[in-house]
Amino acid sequence: MELVKPSIGLIFWMIVSFSIILFLLKKFAWKPILGMIKEREESIENALASAEKAKLEMKALQSSNERILAEARSERDALLKDAREIREKMISEAKNAANKEGERMLAAARENIQIEKNKAIADLKNQVASLSIEIAEKILRSELSSDEKQKTLVNTLLKDVNLN
Amino acid sequence: MVNKINIFKHFLLSASLLLISSVSFSYEPPDTVAVRSHSAGAPAHHDESHGFDAGKMILEHVVDSHEWHLWGHTSIPLPVIVKTDKGFEVFSSSHFGHGGSEEYQGKNYTYALKEGSIVVVDELDGSVDEAATASLYDFSITKNVMSMFITMALMLWIFLTVAKAYTKNAGKAPKGLQSFVEPLIMFVRDDLAKPSIGEKRYERFMPFLLTVFFFVMISNYLGLIPFFPGGVNLTGSISIAMVLALFTLLITVFVGNKHYWQHIFAMPGVPIPVLIILTPIEILGVILRPFVLMVRLFANITAGHIIALAFFSLIFIFGEMNAGLGYGVSILSLVFTVFMGFLELLVAFLQAYVFTLLSAIYFGSAVDEGHHIHNHEDDYLPENSAHV
Repeated sequence: MELVKPSIGLIFWMIVSFSIILFLLKKFAWKPILGMIKEREESIENALASAEKAKLEMKALQSSNERILAEARSERDALLKDAREIREKMISEAKNAANKEGERMLAAARENIQIEKNKAIADLKNQVASLSIEIAEKILRSELSSDEKQKTLVNTLLKDVNLN
Repeated sequence: MVNKINIFKHFLLSASLLLISSVSFSYEPPDTVAVRSHSAGAPAHHDESHGFDAGKMILEHVVDSHEWHLWGHTSIPLPVIVKTDKGFEVFSSSHFGHGGSEEYQGKNYTYALKEGSIVVVDELDGSVDEAATASLYDFSITKNVMSMFITMALMLWIFLTVAKAYTKNAGKAPKGLQSFVEPLIMFVRDDLAKPSIGEKRYERFMPFLLTVFFFVMISNYLGLIPFFPGGVNLTGSISIAMVLALFTLLITVFVGNKHYWQHIFAMPGVPIPVLIILTPIEILGVILRPFVLMVRLFANITAGHIIALAFFSLIFIFGEMNAGLGYGVSILSLVFTVFMGFLELLVAFLQAYVFTLLSAIYFGSAVDEGHHIHNHEDDYLPENSAHV
């Protein structure tokens, strides 16, 4: 029964060397290997978690971007609307002002014209008067230049008066 | 994933090639066996007319030896260290001659080999000195011890290299040897230690579990290689299996908490009359579980070696009857041996797995605190897996 008989030498060497190799491997192999594997697993886990976080953040960022964009768009629309209103207002105001001014100028011009016309009429009247006087003077002079003429005139005049 | 499968395929392929080559190297022709066994001096078992003795040849290959037989008449002599009542003595096993037929005149006694073990003989007539032999302790560096040293050196080389690789490319994907070893380490950690011991407590057992797993696995695979430095039935040696089981027993006993011992000496909720029967069984179970570990490992690995050798013995047995028959059977033997070799590749891994798993389960039950459902699951596992 050589097969199942434990041998003292083999047991002794196995205990000694197995203890030694257990110690050596524990200290110089298993500790660093398991440590590194764990560390790597943790770092992978962390990386995954932070990727997930980044994804969420990205999503949040995207939605806030969209919100900001919508806000900007509505603001732009409001601004445009305001601008359009202001423009219209300005144009109408300007139009009004121009009309008023035009009317004012027209009225002034009309007044001036009236004044000038009155002036011209007055002038013309004066000139006509003086001309008439001059003409009458001249006629009188020529009519009254001789006695005979004076007599005729008087006769004519008297003739008219008699009939009245 | 694909890469892993490829590595495994290569591994299987090279292993099967090694097995096939075993045909040409590992087995001596029957005449040498006959000469050896004759010169070893075993008159009762053997006589020349009987020819090839398969049982003897197989046993010689399976048990320990003081020399490492390579091929034909070439073997490596190994140092013999004996302690007698007169002190230690160290000499080379080559003094016993090839096959151990000669006596060696040492400092204190005259030694000889009798059926593989060293005995003290009388200088003059060569008869065994029973009294001196009884006090003789053999601490020789035998074939198994040598093979154990080789396995351990290989382990040191592999894992120190791997550890260096881990510190060198920390945080990066594994490369080379590292990527071959890492899945196994992860397997031991995630599939053996964590589920059996628990997420919180498994870490302190990892060094032992990993060392045992790789020691058993590497020496099992080395044992499947038919030529030097493999081919030794190391884990199939009862002493080696015993020491491994002893470590498991000692660790279980030392880490066992109150809860564990309470369940052994006074199972809670069990009436006293039943306890009288149950407690001795539980106490016996503490010893029995590592004992079963030992027997399982020893029997499985030894059986593998015996079967492979038996198939080749068939060639010589039939060859002695008729040369043609021998050639015919050799083809059949070869096919069966290759088949068995593949099975042994599986068994080599499986035994490492089972030994580590059961050790982990024992540790788990020893440090278990809770009253959860898994508490008694481990009681059934050894029986379930006993057939592997």
